[in-house]
Amino acid sequence: MKKVKINTVINNRTYEFSVAPNQTLLRFLREELGLTGTKCGCEIGECGACTVLLDGEAVNSCLVLVPQIDGKEVLTVEGLAKDSKLHPLQESFMDHDAVHCGFCTPGMLMSAKALLDKNPDPDEKEIRTAISGNLCRCTGYVQIVEAINDASEKIKE
Amino acid sequence: MKHKIIGKGERRVDALGKVTGTAKYAEDFNVMHQLYGKVLRAKHPHAKILKIDTSKAQKLDGVEAILTANDIPGDKVFGVVVRNQAILAHDKVRYLGDGVALVAAKTKEIAEQAASLIEVEYEPLPVISDPEEAFKPESIKIHGDDNQFVHHHVTKGDIEKGFTEADFIIEKKFKTQFIEHSAIEPEAVLAEPAEHGGVIVTGSVQNLFSSRRSVAAALKLDLNKVQIIQSTLGGSFGGKDEVMTAMCCRAALLCMKTGKPVKMVNTREESMLESYKRHPYVLYYKWGCKKNGSIAAMEIKCIADGGAYASMSPFVTWRSVVQATGPYYCENVKTDVYAVYTNNNYTGAMRGFGSPQVNFAIESMMDELAEKVGKDPFEIRLQNGFETGAVTATGQKLDHRVSLKEVLTKSAEAADFLNKWNQYRTPSTSPKRKGIGLACSYRGVSLGAEGTDAAGTIVSVQTDGSVIVSSGITDMGQGAQTQMSQIAAEVLGISMDRIQFLNTNTSRVPDSGPTVASRGTIMGGTAAKKGAEIVRAFLMKTASEMTGLDVMSLDFKDNYLIDANNGERLASFNEIAAECFNKGRPMYGFGWYKSPQTSWDEHHGHGEAYFTFVYGVNIAEVEVDTETGKVDVLNFVSCHDVGKAINRNSVLGQFYGGVAMGLGYGLMEEFDFEDSIPKQLNFDEYLIPTSMDVPNIIPIIVENEDAAGPFGAKSIGEPSNELAAPAIINAIYNATGKRIYEIPATLERVLLGHKLTRKGERGSAKKEEVLADSCKIRPEGR
Repeated sequence: MKKVKINTVINNRTYEFSVAPNQTLLRFLREELGLTGTKCGCEIGECGACTVLLDGEAVNSCLVLVPQIDGKEVLTVEGLAKDSKLHPLQESFMDHDAVHCGFCTPGMLMSAKALLDKNPDPDEKEIRTAISGNLCRCTGYVQIVEAINDASEKIKE
Repeated sequence: MKHKIIGKGERRVDALGKVTGTAKYAEDFNVMHQLYGKVLRAKHPHAKILKIDTSKAQKLDGVEAILTANDIPGDKVFGVVVRNQAILAHDKVRYLGDGVALVAAKTKEIAEQAASLIEVEYEPLPVISDPEEAFKPESIKIHGDDNQFVHHHVTKGDIEKGFTEADFIIEKKFKTQFIEHSAIEPEAVLAEPAEHGGVIVTGSVQNLFSSRRSVAAALKLDLNKVQIIQSTLGGSFGGKDEVMTAMCCRAALLCMKTGKPVKMVNTREESMLESYKRHPYVLYYKWGCKKNGSIAAMEIKCIADGGAYASMSPFVTWRSVVQATGPYYCENVKTDVYAVYTNNNYTGAMRGFGSPQVNFAIESMMDELAEKVGKDPFEIRLQNGFETGAVTATGQKLDHRVSLKEVLTKSAEAADFLNKWNQYRTPSTSPKRKGIGLACSYRGVSLGAEGTDAAGTIVSVQTDGSVIVSSGITDMGQGAQTQMSQIAAEVLGISMDRIQFLNTNTSRVPDSGPTVASRGTIMGGTAAKKGAEIVRAFLMKTASEMTGLDVMSLDFKDNYLIDANNGERLASFNEIAAECFNKGRPMYGFGWYKSPQTSWDEHHGHGEAYFTFVYGVNIAEVEVDTETGKVDVLNFVSCHDVGKAINRNSVLGQFYGGVAMGLGYGLMEEFDFEDSIPKQLNFDEYLIPTSMDVPNIIPIIVENEDAAGPFGAKSIGEPSNELAAPAIINAIYNATGKRIYEIPATLERVLLGHKLTRKGERGSAKKEEVLADSCKIRPEGR
């Protein structure tokens, strides 16, 4: 298959690649860049474990083909902490025990970040809606909702 | 006693890697030159294998090995109880998930292509998809000469006499469904050749020691040549046992054959196709009751669909037979629980382990009894519920604190149960009706008389005072590592940040049995306490010598050695650790805990089944749309006596997660088959609760410390999951006056009283046996 050239920014770093156009962003991140924090749970866009931000929008990376990130910016869970300082969401997820098995966590964090970047003061319904595409089998979502709410308070301060 | 760390909501010891993406799950392990393994699975749910031709596949460039059952050097089958599960099918396939051949190739794509080139000739056999069909003498046999492979029974008193004394009889049939564990992480392993012979398997394995036994037997290796290392596990819920054993065996076989590392990862579709499910039960409950609301006799028969292999069915059904009467007094009991083979996916361990099914029946029956004698659901349970000193159906005297009435009362108050229950009973013309329902349970802790119950934990203090803890008990996301760390930290008087917990490795920690049956904290935690106490004794002896003070007047607190009398800091924990090392004393404590004795007489169906029990109550408040059949859960109360909450946040997490999974069981989840062919293989069709489905949950932690557990702790993992469904079903009854006898209570079942089944031609609907009445019309007088 003929490779296509793309320019992109992933976790604040500029890249220029030649890639097979049929590769998904999920596989590209995990297998080519070693960014295994983004998880594969269903590969059909149902579970949300592979959620990353594409120009600030939460997307299922299993449904994005790599050429689609050309000229755009990707943020994964590995890029959430800045200068080894954790993002308030990461802190609050740990404080609220919103992390159980942790497999949905990277995707949850990215959906939550997409929400808070646009809506710094979401109510519970808005939080629940924002993570409704992220399946979690462990927590019953309660502590995740609490953690996102708490992080929004902290970010405002 | 005032604790420093026990009872606090400490952060999990494994949380940081999970929020930064550095935690390594099975699929995240890769090595140079690894091959990709692929399984060719069955084409028919039941068929003889006549011929397997791998010649075309062998010729494909990039293929390194193709194996069939004939290539397995050792045992071709495995099984913890009944050894009949095929690593690769050799004579016939028994369900669609059966593996027939294995491929190892240089890329995933080549492996897939090679698998598609393997030609298998089958002779299809009649398919048994209905467990009651499997019983019939004329039915084709799936293994040996009998499809029934389990019959457990319990008898107490005289059932005939009980029914004679009864004023009336309630006799009902209930059905439950297959459900999928739905851990968000699918199964994966990496098998590597070991330096000095044997194999190292890293993967998403729940019960490493049983998987290791099977790998060793299949490869004809000693146990010390098979090392299984647990990767961080992305959920299990009982689901990463046998399916992982099969995957470990297959990857290890390919690895030994090729001498190269082999990676295997299930897609979600492969995972749902192959993995085992929660047992569907058909339950026949017949109670002889008295006008005053007491129960004179219970006759119970349950049939479990075991699917293609025995798996944990003998143990799952044993828990059912022990707990089938619920926590209620009844002098005359006869319970029979059977498991049969079918060509459906095999069924095994899933959070609850035989209790969610019987609890659905028991708690529905209890509400029916209340209705018949004109009492409310709360009162009828208070009247019949066990108290301390009660004797169970198996003849066991409950000599721990039986807190059933405490949890019942506390939750009813928190939910304002009686007021709402009375209010919602009042007939209404509104299409949307509210209802409230409750359910109780009692549950035997740990394995009980199923088998040997012991576990080991290692606490190793380093020369700088930091601590490494490891255990044969595994963490799947439930928080076992954190509980054990908190216990060790409490005993050593250090902060949690001084502890590093290692993932379980079968070559470095003792066989501690499986991490199942909500035994992680009580078994691994007690072992951690013992291990930490051993180390503490050496540290204290050193501290006493250093200070000249008696051991009794010293303590460790907040990373310091203190004078216990006035709290004065005498030295840092680190200094004591360094000095202990200098004195040549061991800083390594191995704690081993063997559970208190249990007993079981299978012949009479009697015994001290479990060494202690836990008690819980769920209350659900729902809104039923009687025009669509849709049920929304509005509010929920979950109350459990956990003995002692080691980590408050983790306990709450189990409460919430258990309710969410129980809500899925009650309302939406069903792994459906058509002639033993699964009808859904991914989350687009198998629906689990999302953040929009789970209501706010009021948690009530009750703590009656139990002598059997560390700092009084018992269990919460499974108790939290086993009674949400009946609470919801009882709430639907309160709202509509109609009872659902088959779960899940989908829109069709609530609205029409039966499920719509697609059969043959698309669009045609078959009306199944009607178990539930329509909720459209409320009977007169209610």
